Amino acid sequence: MRSHRRRRGTRIRPYTFTGGRTRSRHPLMVQTLVSTADPANEPPANLMPESQRIYVLCAEARSVAEVAAELKIPLGVTQVLLSDLADQGLVYIHPTITGHSPSENQVLERALRGLERLFQ
Amino acid sequence: MSTKIVIAGGFGAGKTTLVGSVSEIPPVTTEAVMTEASVKHDDTSSTPEKVTTTVAMDFGRLTLDRELIMYMFGTPGQARFWFMWDDLVRGAVGAVVVVDTRRLADCFDAVDYFERNQNIPYVIALNKFDGEIGYTIEEIREAVEVGPEVPILEFDARDRASSGNVLKTLLSYTLSRPAQPEPVG
Repeated sequence: MRSHRRRRGTRIRPYTFTGGRTRSRHPLMVQTLVSTADPANEPPANLMPESQRIYVLCAEARSVAEVAAELKIPLGVTQVLLSDLADQGLVYIHPTITGHSPSENQVLERALRGLERLFQ
Repeated sequence: MSTKIVIAGGFGAGKTTLVGSVSEIPPVTTEAVMTEASVKHDDTSSTPEKVTTTVAMDFGRLTLDRELIMYMFGTPGQARFWFMWDDLVRGAVGAVVVVDTRRLADCFDAVDYFERNQNIPYVIALNKFDGEIGYTIEEIREAVEVGPEVPILEFDARDRASSGNVLKTLLSYTLSRPAQPEPVG
C-alpha cells in the first residue's frame, strides 16, 4: 500500500497539490521549524492526504527541509502546504534566527557557545 | 528556534563530507523543484513549456542547546544550479566556501556570489584532503581576490573537530561584524 502511494505521488505533477501556487505567504525558510499546534488531536478530515501526513509528522517540531525529505514532497510544495496549515491555525511556525537584527546577537552567542561545547 | 549556515564550494570540494563530519544526523538529501525558465524570462506564464528541474541538496543538523538548532545546507555544486542560490541562502547567518586548492578555479563562482551579497558573512575553508594545500593563505587570498577581513583557514573535511573549528570560526566572524539589514524583496 505504501509503495503504491509513493508511486502515485511521483506521477502527479507536484503543483497539483497546491492549486498552482508556488509561493507561501509565511516566512517559511528551509531551516524554519514547524510543529502541529495541537498534536493531541487527529488531523481534520477535510485536509488533503499530503497535508494530513505533514500534520501527523509535525507532532514533534521539524524543519521545513526535514518535512520535505521525510515525506518525499518537493520543497516548494511542502512550503505551500505548510503555509496553508499555518493559515488554518493547525501548524505553528517557530522563530528563525537570521542574524540580520542586533537583537539576535544573544542567540548567535548561544550558538557559538553550543559549538564550543560540541567541538572542544 | 532555528538557524542556518550554508556550505558552498565547487563540485567534489568536500561540502557533503564537512556536513557529514559535524552533523548529528546522517546528511539528508531533499529535492527542490525549480522552474528553470523563470531565470531567463520575467513572464513565465506565457512560456508554453516550463522546464522544471529537480535539484538535490544535502543538509545536516546540530542541536546547539535545548532551544536552538542549527542546520547546515550544502549548495548544489553544478554551476547551472546557481539560480536557486538566493532561495537557499536567504536567512543564513553565514556561509562556508569549501575549496580544493588543486582545483582553485572551482570556488570562484561561490566566492563571487558572497562578495556580491555582502549581507552574508562567509569564511573560506581550504580542504587539506591528503596532506599539504601547496600555497600560503596569503597566496590563496590573492588568487581568489577576497579582502583581508574574510577569514581563510585550512581544515580536513573528514575530521569532526577540524570541521567544527570551521563552524566556530564562522560564528565568531559573524558576531564580530555589525548586523546587516535584511535586503528588501
